[in-house]
This record gives sequence, C-alpha cells and structure tokens, in this order.
Amino acid sequence: MNTPLLDARNLKKTYSLSGGRKLRALDDVSIQVMPGEVLGLVGESGCGKSTLGRSLLRLTDINSGSIAFDGQDITRLSERAMRPLRTGMQMVFQDSYASLNPRRRIGDLIAEPLLVHRRPDGARRSAAEIRERLTELMELVSLPASALSRYPHEFSGGQRQRINIARALALSPRLVVADEPVSALDVSVQAQIVNLFSDLRERLGLTYVFIAHDLAVVRQISTRVTVMYLGAVVELGETDQVMHAPAHPYTAALLASVPRPVTGRQPLPLLKGDVPSPVSPPPGCRFHTRCPVVQERCSKERPELRPLEGGRLVACHFPLAAAE
Amino acid sequence: MFSSGPWGQAIRALRYNRSAMIALAVLLALALLCALAPIYARHIAKTDPFTSNVAGTVLVNGQETDIMQPNDNPLHLGLSPIGPTWHPQSFLLGADSQGRDVAARLLYGGRNSLIIAFGAATLCILMASCIGIAAGFFGGITDAVLSRLMDIMWAVPVYLFAISLSIVTITQGLKIGPFTIASDNLMIPVFIIALVYVPYAARPVRGRVMTLRSAEFVIAARSLGVPRRRILVKDILPNVLPTLVVLAPLLTALSLLAESSLSFLSIGVQAPAASWGTIIQDGEGLIYTRPMVAVAPGLMIVITVLALNILGDGLRDALDVRETSRRSG
Repeated sequence: MNTPLLDARNLKKTYSLSGGRKLRALDDVSIQVMPGEVLGLVGESGCGKSTLGRSLLRLTDINSGSIAFDGQDITRLSERAMRPLRTGMQMVFQDSYASLNPRRRIGDLIAEPLLVHRRPDGARRSAAEIRERLTELMELVSLPASALSRYPHEFSGGQRQRINIARALALSPRLVVADEPVSALDVSVQAQIVNLFSDLRERLGLTYVFIAHDLAVVRQISTRVTVMYLGAVVELGETDQVMHAPAHPYTAALLASVPRPVTGRQPLPLLKGDVPSPVSPPPGCRFHTRCPVVQERCSKERPELRPLEGGRLVACHFPLAAAE
Repeated sequence: MFSSGPWGQAIRALRYNRSAMIALAVLLALALLCALAPIYARHIAKTDPFTSNVAGTVLVNGQETDIMQPNDNPLHLGLSPIGPTWHPQSFLLGADSQGRDVAARLLYGGRNSLIIAFGAATLCILMASCIGIAAGFFGGITDAVLSRLMDIMWAVPVYLFAISLSIVTITQGLKIGPFTIASDNLMIPVFIIALVYVPYAARPVRGRVMTLRSAEFVIAARSLGVPRRRILVKDILPNVLPTLVVLAPLLTALSLLAESSLSFLSIGVQAPAASWGTIIQDGEGLIYTRPMVAVAPGLMIVITVLALNILGDGLRDALDVRETSRRSG
C-alpha cells in the first residue's frame, strides 16, 4: 500500500462566538487521500466541509490534529514556509467571481502563480515561457486565448470557473481541493465543469478532494465518498458501496432526498427538521434527533467511526444492513 | 474609447450621470476662474484685491461716485462702501469696508480656499490610507493601537481640535525639525485640516481593507502562494482605490467648510491674504447695509460644497463595479 498524498488526522477546529460560545466546525475529522483518487466530501450546509477543505491546505488554522502532504508534516509550517509547497496543492473555490480579483485581467490572474514561484530548477520563468504556458492552460480548459486580455466580469459563471481551474493548474499541482466548484452554476454548465474535472484528472494524473452538497455530482466524479454531519465524518467508503447501500441512516436519508428515476429499494422517510446548531450539538450520536431508526443508546453514547465489511467506515451503533 | 476594465466601466457610467457631470463642470469652471484670477482679474475688477482704497472714486453710469458713501440711515452717520453696481469695471459686487473690490477678492480668496481644501483633502487621504491600510492589513496589535489613536482623535470635536491647533500655530508658526513654517503660510491650515479629518477617512479605509483581506480572491492568492506584500500591492490596494476616490470629493467639501470656518474666526488664512471665510468675516459688520459682501462668498461655498457632494455621489454609484457586473449576469 502506498502512502497517502494527503493525510489529515484528528482535525479539530472551533470558532469562538460572542458570549464565550464555541462553534465546533471540525470535531475530530481524519481523512486520507491516496494519489490519483477523487475523494468526494458531502454533507448539508454548515457541516464543516468547506472548513475542512481550507484546513487541508492550511488556509484556515486548525486547533489540533495533524496534516501531512506527501509524507511531510505541514501542520505547523508558517505561511512563508508553506509557500513553496503550494505548487503541489491548489484550490478551486465555490464563488467563481469572488475568487478572481475584479480589477485584474485574466492573463495577469493566471500568470500570478507562475510569476511568484520559480521553476523547479530554481530559475525564474521568462515572459515568453509564461505566455506559452498561458496559451497551453487556456487550451486545457477550452477557453479562447483572447480571454486573457479581458476582465472577470466579462465572463459567465462557467467560464469563470474554467479560469479558476486554469489558474489552479498553472503550477501543475498534484492535489486540487475543489470547494463546491459547481454548486453556484446552472445545471447544464455543472455537467460541463464536472466533466472538465474528470478529463483533467485523467490527462494530468491529478488527485482531487471534491466538496459538494449534491450527491449526483459526487457520485459522478468520486472514487471514494466521505459523508459529514455536524463537523464529523459519519460514513466513508467506496462510492458505489456508499451510494448503493448506505450504512449510515444519514447517508440513506441524503440519498432518499435525491429524486431518482429508478428506485432500487424502499427509501427511508425524508429527514424532518433542521440540522441542530453546531454551537450546542446534541449529546450521544449527533444525528439521533433526526434519525429515523433512533434507539435509546443513541442519545447517550457517541458512536465511534468503525470499519464494516468491505473496508468502509461508519459512525453508527445500528448501521443499516449493507446488503440487500 | 475606454478600456473594458473596471475603471473604464466606471468612467462610462459617470459620463452618463448628468448631475455628476454638471457638478464636475461647475467645479472645473470655478477652479479655473479662481486659479487664473491673477491673469485676468485686473481687467474686470476696479482695484487691487489687497490694498485698501477708502478715499477713491469710481465712475458709475457716467457719474463720479465715492467708494465710501455716507450712510443712508436717517442721521447719515458713518460711511458705507459702495454696493453692487453689476458693472465689471466698477465694483461688480460692491466694495468692502476698506474699499476693496469684493469681486476681485472673491476670485483671489477662492484660490486660497480651493488650494487649502484640495491640499488638505489630498494630505488627509494620504495619511488616512497609510493608517487605515496598516490597521486593516496587519490587524492585531497594529490595528488596536492605530484604532484607539483614531478613537481618541475622533472623541475631540473636529472644530475644537482644529481651533486649538490653529491658535497655537498662528501665534508661533510650525516648527518641524529644522524647518519653520511661518504662521501666514497656507500649509498650516492645510496641515491642520488634513490632520483633524484623518480618523474620518481612515475608518472606512480600514473597514474596506479588512473586508478585502478575507475576500475569496485574497484567500485564493494565499492558496497560490503569493507573498503578503504582493497581495497587498496587487490585490488589496487596487480595490481600496475606489474607496479613496469616493472619499476625495467629500473630504474636499468638509475641508472647504473647515477652512472657511477657521478663516472666519481669523485663525485660518491670515490678512492681507483672503479666502471665502475671511471675506464673510469682512462682510459680517456690513450685513445690514451691504449684505453682498458676506452673501457672495457664502454662495460660492454653498455651490462648491454642493457640487462636490453631487460629484461624490456620482463617483460612488459609478465605482460600484461589482454590483453593475452582477446585474448584467
């Protein structure tokens, strides 16, 4: 077994709110990302997906836990020490407009990483070299080279996301964390961008952490799926396994909420009520307030993430029968 | 003609804003009229704006008329300066109590008023953006110290602060290291007015920088490994600039009002130099007999401040690039 490209262990992140209250955005989250795989990350709004995504790249400081990239511990590296490592890990953000400086041309935006980082051999990139790379990148994301001299506001959401992808790929990273890259786009455009991600992965041998709240999107692109609820991982396994035979009632409920043309089995009833506040999460299993198969033990004892057959992990006292 | 970039867009939006364009035209005309006064004023005004002319006479409608005339009160006690004649060559707006042409003084005074207002606004924005950007970008202790300092200045009423500073500098001049600025130098009111309005401008700049610091494109730049200084120069400064551009006309208006107030209280522009504020003061004693002496500079101040505010509103609307681009999709 090879070493994971990204190995995050026991990440905890708390935000302090007014009045001394604490919001636990990440509560003991561990994930490993293997080279070449696409790890999907799903969950409702506010479950800590984005915080996790940003923490993995050290864009948000974590309170405890450890992060290793390609075997190197990056948990405590300073912003300056992180800089050279950033060539290997990049991010694509949800808001394609907010993540591009509106006052700079596309060419300047995409050239930025090429200007601030030296080539692997230590030399600065020449202007001609950068120009050549820009053309290459525009081709890669199927945008005309004329786009380089224009400004972000002149593009549609889908085009802007292509620009963001081109910028993220400029330094040929190994890992790309995509934080809900398609959830702000029209459905028809979503498919194009997801296909672009799949395409690029095959051509460039990329590894993704793909964050989404849309299960269909995650199903399409991921090799493995992590389901999060209130800052904690509730289920983690191969995409097919998790999607076809969810073991955690929350995963099952999420799947049941997706309209499906063909129903494989009797879906569980849809979830009632809202996600409890992460400021005061319920005791025991965090999902017990909404769980359709809740039992007494669930409100008292917090289930640990434990392996089931087939190598997947589930945090539930009473996992649903995995097989039909 | 203009680039498709955010600045080009803003200029285009401003050009379609009729009231803002009129305000801009009024301001340019006023500035030009006042700035060029030394070149043309002697052709349209009767006397030098600075020397008194109490014993002189002037030709009005073919008649030789005294500049200082007997009062038209029942006892004919004392003298009043000649009122507005509405003839450019012979006291267009009348004379003040020393027989000086009010129209000429209005132009020369306007020069000083506008120079001080623009100078103070520019200096204020320079100081405020240094403080605001440092506080907003570095945060932490830097922010705490600078912000408390601004709060302290903020706590002192602007005019009280300006008056105290002015009284000290008017009596002693201003010594900065080896340099001494004489008390009648225009730089003194410029410096004082700029200083008292620093918190007024630094606060919005700091707020804008703090918003930008957590903007997604700044986080994106960090994730690309862009050094902090480069983020400041390439991502933050260009996006703070619109805030400064919008602040500029409003600060100029405030500075103009502050200058006039200080000059009215004799602690701004020093005689024999004039400003709109000093002319109002000259007219104070003549307010019942020759109201034009005080009303004319008052009107100039009102027009200028109004135009500056309308221009400021127009700039604010025009520079809201984000909103316009969001609307169009």
